[in-house]
Amino acid sequence: MNTKQLIGFAVGALASAYISAAEVNVYSARSEELIKPALDRFSEETGIEVNLITESADALIRRIELEGMNSPADVLLTVDAGRLFRAKEAGILVSVDSEILNQRIPSAYRDPEGEWYGLSLRSRVIMFDKSRVDASEIARYEDLADPKWQGQVCIRSSGNIYNQSLLASLIEHLGEQATQDWAEGLVANMARRPQGGDRDQIRAVVAGQCKLAVANTYYLAGMLNSSVAADVEVAQQIGVLWPNQADRGAHMNVSGAGVIKTAKNPDEALQLIEFLSDDYAQQWYAEVNNEYSVREDIATSTILQQFGDFKADELNLEVLGRNNAAAVRLADRAGWQ
Amino acid sequence: MKVDTLPTSLKTRPSFEKIEAWPLSLLLLSLILATPILVVASSVFFPAGDIWEHLLDTVLTRYVKNSAALMLGVSIGVLALGILPAWLVSAYRFPGRAIFEWALLLPLAIPAYIIAYTYTGMLDVAGPLQSALRETFDWRYGDYWFPEIRSLGGAIAMLSLVFYPYVYLLCRAAFAEQSGSVMEAARSLGCTPRGAFVRVAMPLARPAIVVGLSIALMETLADYGTVQYFGLSTFTTGIYRTWNGLGSSVGAAQLAALLMCFVFVLVSLESASRRQSQFFNTGSRVRPGARVPLHGVELVGAYMACGLPVLFGFLVPFTQLAVWAGLTAETILTRDFFGYFLNSVTLAVITALAALALALFIAYGKRLYPSRSSTAASRVLGLGYALPGTVVAIGVLLPFAWLDNRLSAFLLARFDTNPGLLLSGTAFILVFAYLVRFLPIAMNTVEAGLGKIKPSMDEAGRSMGLRPAIMLRRIHMPMMRGSLVTALLLVFVDVMKELPATLLLRPFNFNTLAIRTYELANEERLADAAGPALAIVLASLIPVILLSLSLRPSAGALEEADIINKNSNTTGKES
Repeated sequence: MNTKQLIGFAVGALASAYISAAEVNVYSARSEELIKPALDRFSEETGIEVNLITESADALIRRIELEGMNSPADVLLTVDAGRLFRAKEAGILVSVDSEILNQRIPSAYRDPEGEWYGLSLRSRVIMFDKSRVDASEIARYEDLADPKWQGQVCIRSSGNIYNQSLLASLIEHLGEQATQDWAEGLVANMARRPQGGDRDQIRAVVAGQCKLAVANTYYLAGMLNSSVAADVEVAQQIGVLWPNQADRGAHMNVSGAGVIKTAKNPDEALQLIEFLSDDYAQQWYAEVNNEYSVREDIATSTILQQFGDFKADELNLEVLGRNNAAAVRLADRAGWQ
Repeated sequence: MKVDTLPTSLKTRPSFEKIEAWPLSLLLLSLILATPILVVASSVFFPAGDIWEHLLDTVLTRYVKNSAALMLGVSIGVLALGILPAWLVSAYRFPGRAIFEWALLLPLAIPAYIIAYTYTGMLDVAGPLQSALRETFDWRYGDYWFPEIRSLGGAIAMLSLVFYPYVYLLCRAAFAEQSGSVMEAARSLGCTPRGAFVRVAMPLARPAIVVGLSIALMETLADYGTVQYFGLSTFTTGIYRTWNGLGSSVGAAQLAALLMCFVFVLVSLESASRRQSQFFNTGSRVRPGARVPLHGVELVGAYMACGLPVLFGFLVPFTQLAVWAGLTAETILTRDFFGYFLNSVTLAVITALAALALALFIAYGKRLYPSRSSTAASRVLGLGYALPGTVVAIGVLLPFAWLDNRLSAFLLARFDTNPGLLLSGTAFILVFAYLVRFLPIAMNTVEAGLGKIKPSMDEAGRSMGLRPAIMLRRIHMPMMRGSLVTALLLVFVDVMKELPATLLLRPFNFNTLAIRTYELANEERLADAAGPALAIVLASLIPVILLSLSLRPSAGALEEADIINKNSNTTGKES
């Protein structure tokens, strides 16, 4: 045995030690706390070991790009459609053809080419102080720029992806100039310089700093469901207004997943995504994280039912990603920090 | 080079290779460590489209203004909070002095974004304090004035509270190292203790003050968590926004390169100021001065100056974290939790030791073989500290991933086996990134310590025929023990708190306390985040206290000096 063979053997042994058991490597933008239990359940059911890294989607996409051919990533999980689109644009996802996924997930919530699939739904809505605002006073996102709400709107920074996605959808529906005017009107109506997260906006409404807040549905649901009594008390004073019900519907976004092009475990990867769309996982999303299921046959959690039924915007979610950079530029120009 | 003049009879005269090996490996090492920084800097050669036009038209002025205001404010804050207590615990005697000596370091253990979250939780418009005010006096929002915590002023306050210990630490070390005879000379020339402070001690400590300040400012520039949470648009948030929002990684890297340019100027100014004012201790053994007792108003003032930074920088946030952690106690102490703890501490220990070794190697090499290239190299290395962690992480990942892919292609071609990525996605790359980020702080501290040792010591050592490595171990290292321990501690604590690079570069299933804290706090679940945050603080406390003990170089000698002083006073009275 010469040296060359010996080295080859050693390296090979090392490599095979790496890939002994069935496993799947997940790069997740959803925090560990909010995905690990589902992944553990998957391992229990299938015997496939799940390895996890969590980080923001943009950083994960960049990491996969840099790791190139040898990236260990099999699945990318993100918490918004815009990032799924960006991953697709970066060419790191691969198209999968799954009868199960196509059947379970409505076409509005998955990529036409099958590179990504939405797994849970959330809406970004207008919330108000029930004691000071009547639900009839406001009906559309557009109304947030109405001067009658001057100094009464709380919304977080435009650096946040959910606001960027909302802007991106408005650009599609209203056009860039009208959205620019809207953003300027919104900035003029802000009660304070944007700060904090969505829950902070909700709390500021109850504290009396503003009358209206813009927030994702699961944040309010999470507060209603909280073990902290003060959060529950705040959340109970908040009303949910479903915007644009008379026209296009409320702005929607998905969390979702795609299989990585260079995946070493593509079968396990697909198996995992199919698992995340099955009854158990969908109910888990609904109950633990208070999200809406992408499937119509899964019941909404009791807390979400309190918010009532609504009409959802059926805009193709790819648009959110495509208009993202334009949305940020527009916010910069409008002075939305 | 002095070597030529050495008598040839000395048998351990350094060999020719030894002399050449050090500067060469120094340069090579610097180059490797500087690669990520150079990668970021090289972005200026790539086109970024119309990003700059957009930035200039809209937000760049705001980024610059806010960052500048933040730096100015934090400068004032850390100097105000750091220098005076350092002087008080060094030069005066008052009950509790020994406790303040180490307690003033405690805020170092609290990550900046954690203190920001904590104070916001308390002081925000929806927080318990303002809610209680509204309820008690039946006020509504707007009926009363209350300082806005999430503001530029708030950010300055938060960052000053956690970064002042850098100034305090370096000042205190400087004051402790000033030989008592200098102060006594000043006093005998008619200076009051206060006068001696302003006219002798402060100017002598200036290099230390400048080092402490520049560390605090670099931390300020690299901070992302606090400004992001407070909704302030600064250079750092701008880099993220350009990358994530505008989708331009080149534009973001160019913004980071601009930031580095600015820091480069800052670092050059700092080292220039250090060159102009080199002070060496003349006594072979530093004899500490006698501490003057404090009474009355002065005593109250001393308690205020030493107590307030500790109260607001540590006790208040620590108590709040403990209260929150109490609410979620049963969910905190899981088996995972101890895993996070172990990961954090292991990484911090390894990085601290590696950083110290490298810093010694580089700083001592610079002293042995001063050259323009070694100065330039160490200045480039210094930039890592001011860069946001994510920028460093990308800069590290890029060359490593490239190398890994080359290596795997080679192995595939030669041996028909593909091991995948060997370095990326391991703890090694993580430690490397930490070194890029935190080596400057170790280097600064070690260089400051080394700078205080008279060059004549080296000459004496050399004339005895000691080889450089032995000289370092036997002469320099014992003389600068305080600086070495300081370097270890600062890196340890920084790694414990580090978040962005860890997030991006860590291996699978690898969590640290900082990551855990961040993920929970990011979900706005402060009460749940308090447990791991508290663990970071507690784990960092141990070395902080150890450091403090080791920095009391001659606690015995001090007492001795006090006694001698007292005795001489009494004898003086009698005669």
